[in-house]
Amino acid sequence: MELTLWTYEGPPHVGTMRIATAMEGVHYVLHAPQGDTYADLLFTMIERRDRRPPVSYTTFQARDLGGDTAEMVKTSVREAYERFKPQVMLVGESCTAELIQDQPGSLAKSMGLPIPVVSLELPAYSKKENWGASETLYHLVRSLLLQQVPPPNTDRPDRDPAIRPKANIIGPTALGFRCRDDIQEVIKLLGEIGVDINVIAPLGAKPDDLMRIPDADFNICLYPEIALTTCKWLERSFKQPTVKTVPIGVGATRDFLAEIGEVAGIDVSAALRRSQDDTLGNWDAARISSSANPGASRLPWYSRSVDSTYLTGKRVFIFGDATHAIAAARIATEELGFTLVGIGTYSREFARQVREVAQQHGVEAVISDDYLAVEQAVAEAAPELVLGTQMERHIAKRLGIPCAVISTPIHVQDVPARYSPQMGWEGANVIFDDWVHPLMMGLEEHLIGMFKEDFEFAEGHMSHLHTAPHQTGEPAAAILSGEKATAVAVAEPLIANDDSKEIAPDPGDVVRWTEDGAAELKKIPFFVRGKVKRNTEQFARDRSITAITVDTLYEAKAAIGQ
Amino acid sequence: MALQPCTEIPTAKTSPSAPVQALPVLKERGQREVFCGLTGIVWLHRKMQDAFFLVVGSRTCAHLIQSAAGVMIFAEPRFGTAILGERDLAGLADANDELERVVKELLDRRPDIGTLFLVGSCPSEVIKLDLAKAAEKLNHRYFPKTRVLNYSGSGIETTFTQGEDACLGSMVPVLPAKETEEPALLVVGSLADVVEDQFKRLFDKLGIGPVAFFPPRRASDLPSVGKGTKLLLAQPFLSETVRMLMKRGAELMPSPYPFGIEGTTAWLKTAAEAWGVEGEKFDEAIAPSVARATLGLERYKKLLQGRKAFLFPDSQLEIPLARFLSRECGMELIEVGTPYIDRMLMDAEIDLLPPGTALSEGQDVEKQLDRCRAARPDITVCGLGLANPLEAEGLSTKWSIELVFSPLHGYDQAADLAELFVRSSERRRRLSV
Repeated sequence: MELTLWTYEGPPHVGTMRIATAMEGVHYVLHAPQGDTYADLLFTMIERRDRRPPVSYTTFQARDLGGDTAEMVKTSVREAYERFKPQVMLVGESCTAELIQDQPGSLAKSMGLPIPVVSLELPAYSKKENWGASETLYHLVRSLLLQQVPPPNTDRPDRDPAIRPKANIIGPTALGFRCRDDIQEVIKLLGEIGVDINVIAPLGAKPDDLMRIPDADFNICLYPEIALTTCKWLERSFKQPTVKTVPIGVGATRDFLAEIGEVAGIDVSAALRRSQDDTLGNWDAARISSSANPGASRLPWYSRSVDSTYLTGKRVFIFGDATHAIAAARIATEELGFTLVGIGTYSREFARQVREVAQQHGVEAVISDDYLAVEQAVAEAAPELVLGTQMERHIAKRLGIPCAVISTPIHVQDVPARYSPQMGWEGANVIFDDWVHPLMMGLEEHLIGMFKEDFEFAEGHMSHLHTAPHQTGEPAAAILSGEKATAVAVAEPLIANDDSKEIAPDPGDVVRWTEDGAAELKKIPFFVRGKVKRNTEQFARDRSITAITVDTLYEAKAAIGQ
Repeated sequence: MALQPCTEIPTAKTSPSAPVQALPVLKERGQREVFCGLTGIVWLHRKMQDAFFLVVGSRTCAHLIQSAAGVMIFAEPRFGTAILGERDLAGLADANDELERVVKELLDRRPDIGTLFLVGSCPSEVIKLDLAKAAEKLNHRYFPKTRVLNYSGSGIETTFTQGEDACLGSMVPVLPAKETEEPALLVVGSLADVVEDQFKRLFDKLGIGPVAFFPPRRASDLPSVGKGTKLLLAQPFLSETVRMLMKRGAELMPSPYPFGIEGTTAWLKTAAEAWGVEGEKFDEAIAPSVARATLGLERYKKLLQGRKAFLFPDSQLEIPLARFLSRECGMELIEVGTPYIDRMLMDAEIDLLPPGTALSEGQDVEKQLDRCRAARPDITVCGLGLANPLEAEGLSTKWSIELVFSPLHGYDQAADLAELFVRSSERRRRLSV
């Protein structure tokens, strides 16, 4: 047993769900107890998808355990096939189903469905989410392409120089970190150097698309945690080279272009030159009026401008999946001038690479999926900024350190509506803003710590929460507290009350809150408290009530609405 | 610990009340799109701040809870998972030793924990880990500083709010015994603090007392129970807890649940009758609240009148809510789905449903979705796994979890409750893009 306050990855079957949900025409039958359907919410809520994930669960209960749970698998497979008519079916089990050993994969394979059935063996008690996703992608691709594999020692014919090279982008999934926008950014990069996209998988691909993977000249392994196993197999089977540089950060993006240049045998020097020249923002008219503004990031100039001087030597601790942690370490040190005081990953498969980076910076890598060990490492390193996952937010809150998220696990706020890649030139812009933003907050906190009696920047309030100065005896002041305090939307009354008129507070106003009324008001959630207070006082004034009791509060609420 | 069937429907009727109308109940089995009982931790950790919930389970369990609660940032987590590894499954590691080590690690970090719940899960139940015994052993070591209790929130045994039932059930045996046989009121079920205070004031006004609430705000402030304890249920999903309280001598006062004006009045009346409160005094005491609630409800009633509602099973709140929506808001009920029906706790509500209401128990989610799409209801109450997909199909939804997380009981929340069902269609009306 392992005490886990927060887990960095879900179980492996969630990885399978990420592949199935990323694709079209694939259905996943999952042998799992009632309740494991919570995972649907990862996609419908955190990623805000507008349809249910293509997953059928057997949802067995205790009363089924005495009976034939294997029969439930068959029923689910049959019904899922009839209802959804997928082109490929994945069949597997969750951690509880693994214990009762119904062999759902073999059962499904024996049912004679007219489509490929991929049986997944994912040991839930020793492996985790990314491994599950990687394994699923590998088995899926292998099942579909095994027929096409040429005999060993067959050489790949050389590309006709008259035809533009074609690349597959392998690795983006549902619930990945910013995959949606990273792909757009990589497509732009490839367009700039004259490389065409053959297949993007799994995100947005159909099984037929996977069948076309061998047509490309090379594979771009965009998210090694998910795609490396598959890329290696494709390299062995179809002699397709793998581009391994992950283009996160300005330097890494340049290296990425250079690597493609080598692998595809094309000249990328123009694109690299552009990325070097053009880093001074968009201040002249000629550039603003040009929509074609390729190949430059603002990060280099922003990072060189004098207001970034205070970033020099800021101590940063980095944790996440290996890909994002390694990329972040390079950006932090070479592109922002921070000092790396700690780095780690929960991706054990890539521990060696992370250790190498740690060694370059003279720190010890934290290779762990134990949240408490990471917390301890952060506390010991005493950084000024933590770049981590959703879980490091908890650590940073506890230790009072500014924090930005660079990797999964994430929550809903890291699947934003706006364009927000991490990769390519624009990705570097996003990264500059996101990583520096919490530091600004941090600076404000320092000032609050230094000058405690400030009338505006009071203890416990961050200025970005717009809290108003607290003045006793002035109802209008307290009204503001909480009014604009958070981004939490408050339901306005749905029907405007025609009697409610905005009356300027009369300075001679004598509306008083009784002790019990005031105590009741404190129980109202803070983000609506201000409004309730104002409404109640207005209500009292209108009726010449001088002392506001609990009943007045609720009468006002009933009369005015929420 | 033997696995109990999950949906035992007791037939015992406690009161010879009015004959229950024989509403036909559609019983379905198939894929169930519901939460397991572990989800109860998401609100119970706030209700009882001195408690810690340690799930003994797999990474799936840990992932579930953090996916639900992890959007909030905790400087001090109040729940965690002891994740079973292959060594535990192979019996290479002694489960009790392992638990002891994990609990020690936890209590070293969080010495302020007053009550520690060891929460069973599907994996721990399937491999038959005896957590009850483990809790007992740990109690010897840590009590009185920390009390260790055990319940199961596994998906194979419990659905969503049944997690609270199981949690409260685990506390019943350690409630202190009542010293006298004088009548005392025990309100059972998690209520928002503000609602508790409102009810407390009304009981005081009616001269009903002493009143205690279960669960308490601190797990260490346990109410007493015994002969003379009269139970008023604030939540309908507490089958297990009620039966255990009855075994300790408490008496259940069956009643509709305090949702809406009618439900709240019936609920208070149940207590008032037990305390022999005169009708006139009762009416007088509730009059201002009723008047306010009527006024507040009016504006939403206009909007809900004649609209069609479809409720997917989730929390067992569906039947009381459907009663409120149909009787007080004038809505038409297409289907009222509930994970299961405990007649002893639900008859008073079922009696109030309009004749011919389509009740369903259990779920085959695909078929139920087909029925829902065919009916095109004006509002669909469902879980978050279905809400966005149905919205994308043009249906207005009210996600049901909010009904467990919001102060909705009692008079002064009647309008808020109705507003929840208006909000999504109102939103559609406002949005033009």
